[in-house]
Amino acid sequence: MCPHFATWPLANRSPTEVILCHQNTQSPPTPSLSSREREQWSPTEAKASRIREELENLKFEKSEIERRISALEAQLRDIDETRTNSTTSCPPLENGDSGFGHGLSPDMIYRYSRHLLLPSIGVQGQSSLLKTSIVVVGAGGLGSPALLYLAACGVGRIGIVDHDVVELNNLHRQIIHSESYIGRSKVESAAAACRSINSTIQIVEHKEALRTSNAIGNSEELEYWNMMISMTVMLPRYDIVIDATDNAPSRYLISDCCVVLGKPLVSGAALGLEGQLTVYNYDGGPCYRCLFPSPPPTTACQRCSDSGVLGVVPGIIGCLQALEAIKVASTVGETLSRRMLLFDALSAHIRIVKIRGRSSQCEVCGENATFTQQQFQEFDYEKFTQSPLATSPLKLNLLPIEARISSKEYNERVLKGEPHILVDVRPVHHYKIISLPKSMNIPLSGLEARLPEISSALEKEEEHTGTETASDVSLYLVCRRGNDSQRAVQLLHNMGFTSAKDIIGGHESWARDVDPNFPTY
Amino acid sequence: MGSPSALQLLSGLSPVQVFVHSFRRQRTLNEIAKQYGGLELLCDSVKIHNVTVDTQDGEDTLSMKDLLGWVRTNLIKERPEMFMKGETVRPGVLVLVNDCDWELSGQLDTTLEEKDVVVFISTLHGG
Repeated sequence: MCPHFATWPLANRSPTEVILCHQNTQSPPTPSLSSREREQWSPTEAKASRIREELENLKFEKSEIERRISALEAQLRDIDETRTNSTTSCPPLENGDSGFGHGLSPDMIYRYSRHLLLPSIGVQGQSSLLKTSIVVVGAGGLGSPALLYLAACGVGRIGIVDHDVVELNNLHRQIIHSESYIGRSKVESAAAACRSINSTIQIVEHKEALRTSNAIGNSEELEYWNMMISMTVMLPRYDIVIDATDNAPSRYLISDCCVVLGKPLVSGAALGLEGQLTVYNYDGGPCYRCLFPSPPPTTACQRCSDSGVLGVVPGIIGCLQALEAIKVASTVGETLSRRMLLFDALSAHIRIVKIRGRSSQCEVCGENATFTQQQFQEFDYEKFTQSPLATSPLKLNLLPIEARISSKEYNERVLKGEPHILVDVRPVHHYKIISLPKSMNIPLSGLEARLPEISSALEKEEEHTGTETASDVSLYLVCRRGNDSQRAVQLLHNMGFTSAKDIIGGHESWARDVDPNFPTY
Repeated sequence: MGSPSALQLLSGLSPVQVFVHSFRRQRTLNEIAKQYGGLELLCDSVKIHNVTVDTQDGEDTLSMKDLLGWVRTNLIKERPEMFMKGETVRPGVLVLVNDCDWELSGQLDTTLEEKDVVVFISTLHGG
């Protein structure tokens, strides 16, 4: 799961807002056209715009109808579940004897026949799968294929945990979701996909409340506590836990919870072109804390939304997570407990290495550890790892206000024709995606060595615009979100470029406040 | 596995593999740098370093502690805190000696032999 690939303007909004926002960026800006632009608007373009508008409306109606269908389906399921089982909402998964000496019905025999034909799985292995319950935490890049395979292979009860909504930039890797679900809960989307593959299994949806954009601080805190409480409530209902999350605090939280509850944990991770996979807290193997007693520095915790990820890489790791869970559930084969699989997509290398067993010194699962459920609930994972569970992008505030300028103000100054230089400090491959007009690209990492380029650009602008001195030419710094641009301004101030200012919020604020058609990524 | 540059290691992304080639007593670091083409020129696609490491004066063996010191001096060009903390690797880095967790071979006291393969892996959190 990678909830933060969220380009800023779409994050922190309700699904409806996301849809509307999506429409805004897609539909032609008819009402706000200047008269000159209107003259240039050809009949063909007008027709295309009408079609686009109608398409958007139809898509919106379609997603509304789908939402109502799934809500009604969920209601019906609840009624069915309470009818068949009035004592508990989570009945034990038992298959009675179907008359063939096992619990498999004729339909099941046909559906799972290719499993039954495998001597190592057979009736026994398949029956175990049907009686097993597995919870997948994170319905993103890893969770997508894991959930699809687990549903297809007949795992009796599957829980899906995620607080996030589907966004367009998820779809290249989160293959369980489709375009029609953009803006809607990932859990709903994943559950619908699982049900469409296999309607005979139970799918349990664990949706976190969506954040509202007007109360970010409080709702983040609430989300955190919801997660803590819900983990101890929801995880006991499952036999196996799959960690398909995307951040360090969640990984510690889930591992600790599995130790407290005695559940095996299939843990996968993927970033860039690499993946890692192992099974924790199972068969004498270590827990996550045995391997990583201290959290890594936050600077070592890269995110897909910053570093990128090749879609198929989490796909492969997610498939392998499903495989390990199936092996644990059916007690077939050798799991990756005490071993770790390392996958390097670029060089096509898969390496399986031997890792330590359970550590007697481990603070959570070691010999003298007394980590209780209560301690778990009181443990502050965000403080421990120095990073938030709901990993919203970092927002630095390094500069005094007079060294900063909003994207709107920058736009006004450009329109007024103010002599200036705009330096974009993002890496070159970011700059190639999209850049502001007349900006020059000097990545932050090489800025110090390339100061003469800035000096000469300032002089050139001075000559060009006829200003008296180079100091009359303004110097602005921009990046993707407005963090690196502040670091760059600090550096420039120290090197004598005292008038340098950063554009607050970078490209994201430009797209939000100045040009809604400016691409975000 | 694969091919990290020192830079990628520093960003916490990629495993770095070090082949420990041989230890010859009293060789100078200049000779090593010369022999291996200047490690500072490593480009992004290089993850594997074939290295020859000097043993301490009078020592016949090389420990992981020695190797870490050598890697820090010779392979890590910037932000050493992204690789080491104190005299060992920073939290979140797994060290493998011949595909085995170094916890199983004595961590810093692990004795290395010629042609051993040491891999440093930064744990991933993405998904």
